[in-house]
Amino acid sequence: MKSNTGSALRGAGIRTWRKHSAYVGVAPFLLLVSIFLIWPTVSVVSGAFQDTKGKFAFSTIKSVLTSSIHLAAFKHSLQVSAITSITGAIIGALFAWAVSTGKQDGFLRRICLSASGVLAQFGGVMLTFAFLATFGFNGLVTTVFLKFAPHSFFGHPTWLYSMTGLCIVYSFFQIPLMFLVFLPTLDNLKPQWREASDGLGGTTTEYWRRVGIPVLTPAFLGSFLLLFANSFSAYATAASLISQGSIITPLEISGALSSETGSSNPALAKALSLGMVTVVIVVMALYTLLRKRVSRWEK
Amino acid sequence: MKIWRRTILILVAFYLLLPIAAMADFSTKSLSGRRGFDSWRAIFQQPDLISAIMVSLELAAIVIALVFFLVVPTVVWVHLKLPRLRRVIEVICLLPLAIPGIVLVVGVSSIYRWISIHISESPLTLAAVYSMLVLPYTYRSLSASLNSVDVHTLAEAARTLGASTYKMLFGIVMPTIRSGVMSGAVISIALVLGEFTLSSLLNFQTMQVEINLVGQSDGGVAVAISLAALLFVFLLLVAIPTTINRKSQELETELA
Amino acid sequence: MNETSGVKFVSAISKGSSASVKLIDIAKSFGQVKALAGLTIEIGPGELVALLGPSGCGKTTALRALAGLQDLDRGQILVDDKDITYLAASRRNMGMVFQSYSLFPHMSALANVEYGLTLKAHKTSSDLRAAKGKELLELVGLSSHARHFPHQLSGGQQQRIALARALAISPQVLLLDEPLSALDAKVRTQLRDEIRRIQLEVGTTTVFVTHDQEEALGIADRVGVMRNGILEQIAAPAELYDRPATAFVAEFVGLTNQILGNVSNGVIEILGVKVPTLAGSISSGAGIALVRPETLKIIPNPTGSGRIFAASFLGASCRLTIDLPNHSRIVAQVPSSDAAQLGAGANVDVSFRSNPIFVKPVE
Repeated sequence: MKSNTGSALRGAGIRTWRKHSAYVGVAPFLLLVSIFLIWPTVSVVSGAFQDTKGKFAFSTIKSVLTSSIHLAAFKHSLQVSAITSITGAIIGALFAWAVSTGKQDGFLRRICLSASGVLAQFGGVMLTFAFLATFGFNGLVTTVFLKFAPHSFFGHPTWLYSMTGLCIVYSFFQIPLMFLVFLPTLDNLKPQWREASDGLGGTTTEYWRRVGIPVLTPAFLGSFLLLFANSFSAYATAASLISQGSIITPLEISGALSSETGSSNPALAKALSLGMVTVVIVVMALYTLLRKRVSRWEK
Repeated sequence: MKIWRRTILILVAFYLLLPIAAMADFSTKSLSGRRGFDSWRAIFQQPDLISAIMVSLELAAIVIALVFFLVVPTVVWVHLKLPRLRRVIEVICLLPLAIPGIVLVVGVSSIYRWISIHISESPLTLAAVYSMLVLPYTYRSLSASLNSVDVHTLAEAARTLGASTYKMLFGIVMPTIRSGVMSGAVISIALVLGEFTLSSLLNFQTMQVEINLVGQSDGGVAVAISLAALLFVFLLLVAIPTTINRKSQELETELA
Repeated sequence: MNETSGVKFVSAISKGSSASVKLIDIAKSFGQVKALAGLTIEIGPGELVALLGPSGCGKTTALRALAGLQDLDRGQILVDDKDITYLAASRRNMGMVFQSYSLFPHMSALANVEYGLTLKAHKTSSDLRAAKGKELLELVGLSSHARHFPHQLSGGQQQRIALARALAISPQVLLLDEPLSALDAKVRTQLRDEIRRIQLEVGTTTVFVTHDQEEALGIADRVGVMRNGILEQIAAPAELYDRPATAFVAEFVGLTNQILGNVSNGVIEILGVKVPTLAGSISSGAGIALVRPETLKIIPNPTGSGRIFAASFLGASCRLTIDLPNHSRIVAQVPSSDAAQLGAGANVDVSFRSNPIFVKPVE
């Protein structure tokens, strides 16, 4: 067969196109993502390092770090996240354990999975109204308690609109989320391990102490971190529940974005956002590390 | 141990079902003190609420279309043809988990200001940023599906039989990963219907924004519609089979 | 299996289905690794050529390049003397059967088979399509499973459907990429004969890639042994077996014993017998002769120099492991009827028939 330079060049050209043509396929997606995800993120991070006039400065960040109000909001955010993730993790884990020890394809499991799938996403505004319907001034529990114990905790629902309320409300989606995230790990707890432990003479306590809990701990911690990030990032519920004041950082950010006094402070919003993002990224990084550890064992 | 199981299940069920029961109770109270569906009927008397619900449903549809025609093919394409980009795409798709909505809205507000001036003021433009929010969930269910089926071989078989790239992607690969795509779609619907942060701070009238507004004046209606949304998503999740788990049975029969 | 299938299918299926194939000096590297280092093969119409070699030898890369699923760094591919080197895979009209999991899981067996035809729906009427699908299922003996889904079929059945699907598009060339490797041993042997029978009936030019030399020798018209991206030898199975061109071919194909000896004048003396050497062997000096087990003659002799270490009954033949006085061990294969008195511990004389053997240099 003849092979002249012309067709050889054409061949090389076709080969190069073939090699790189596939990249064209990802262009639309990358475009969308760059505009609506990457650029906003970059803009927030870089905007945090600007002052109110837009010049590069550390002043905004400094003012956030030295302000007692901002630091208090930050502290509250961390507190609420910690409390709700711990309670959510423990109760969710117990819940997952109760379901995982049941039938694999059973009705209970499927209902719990579906319900948790919905409730974990059931955030924001609707959750607020759900709890107002329960513990609010005209709520179900409130009216019941008003009849029998009018001065009790549940009779006076002002707590609902404070940190305490936030904690109790947030737990409502933390528990199902923990259930969803932790159940697969429990499923992977092989019955053979328990059988081996029993066969070697171990008791239930010993099994859990030496095998069960050590194996589950990385996944548990990982799930806890996921819950923490989830709670820390939440905004909608707090926004609809707490009408006055900005007791947690997300509310401060929305305040800075659309200030009632008419002078919004975008740089402040960005500085606070940077703080939030830092926390979330650290938490998610730890989560990813733990997940890698878990997946090694889950093989 | 059975006692513990039962106790835990009952307690958790109680905690989770209590607010739902309370919502049912609250929304069926009427002014005269009797049970009634006044609040429910009142939903239809709130035109703003109805149009906001429509907006949210339309947004969900657009987001699903974006996911179906842009995100899924891209992820599949990278899986098949650009393994070197897999890591990059994975990081991009999981990035929204690290960027809280409240932070994203800070970064995106200037873009949406531009969009409302130069392109459109419609709340449907939210679909673009919403599709970013659903990325982690769609990606996760997609990659689970892609890893469980040998998509490479199927794609090559289709190509040698004469299928064009389009037919290969949409006729062969997508149906095979159907369950992953479906579960991603359902989560997207739930997310879009429940989204408040971005829409409220960007001043769009979506369902959640309206519910919040209505709730200031008429709690019953707000509770009723919240309960309805909850039940709707729950029914969606139950109705659509998300785990099509077919175990291939290895029959070792002799050749017939 | 339906043995009376035969003639009536060939007319429906085999139109335009046997082309000649030429691979000319094809090369492909993956980074530092040379998968193909200049491979040239000519395949005649209707021929079944097996590409045989260890993993990494390039046989699969060559097959995929032929299919259009792998681009090349260099070289040409000609089908019926037409250059298709840059033609897209979907336009090459080559049917391919993959190692496993290639049936579309969401389609029935019949739908899978008809798939290539439904893609060309504008060219074939649906009646013709249905008829073809039905005939192909009968050809592979799975008519009763038309409505079954892949997960309901066994591995062997799935591969037969894959074969039917590949044949449905009346391919010019049929490509089989280790189609039997994922199957159980017994299914493998049966299916391999099936594939050959179908290929002969339909007459399609076929390239069959495998690492199993028994498979290759058993069904191919010619076998090409590959190593490190090049072709070591391509010949009919018997010739490959009896007259290997290189040491690698001699050792890869069939069992060999390695016996030390001295070569001079094209003759090597081992076990007291002078044997001619094959072309490609070393011409003089110390060498290692590659001796086939079945060429050894084993004679029971209580005073013999060899002693049987172990005897393996393989059915029609017996494999004997024999210790020789110089502390080496060889393997002989004799018909079971001759092996009646030969058990472990028996003393024997070892000699052999004077077939030419390949002698490689001592490393």
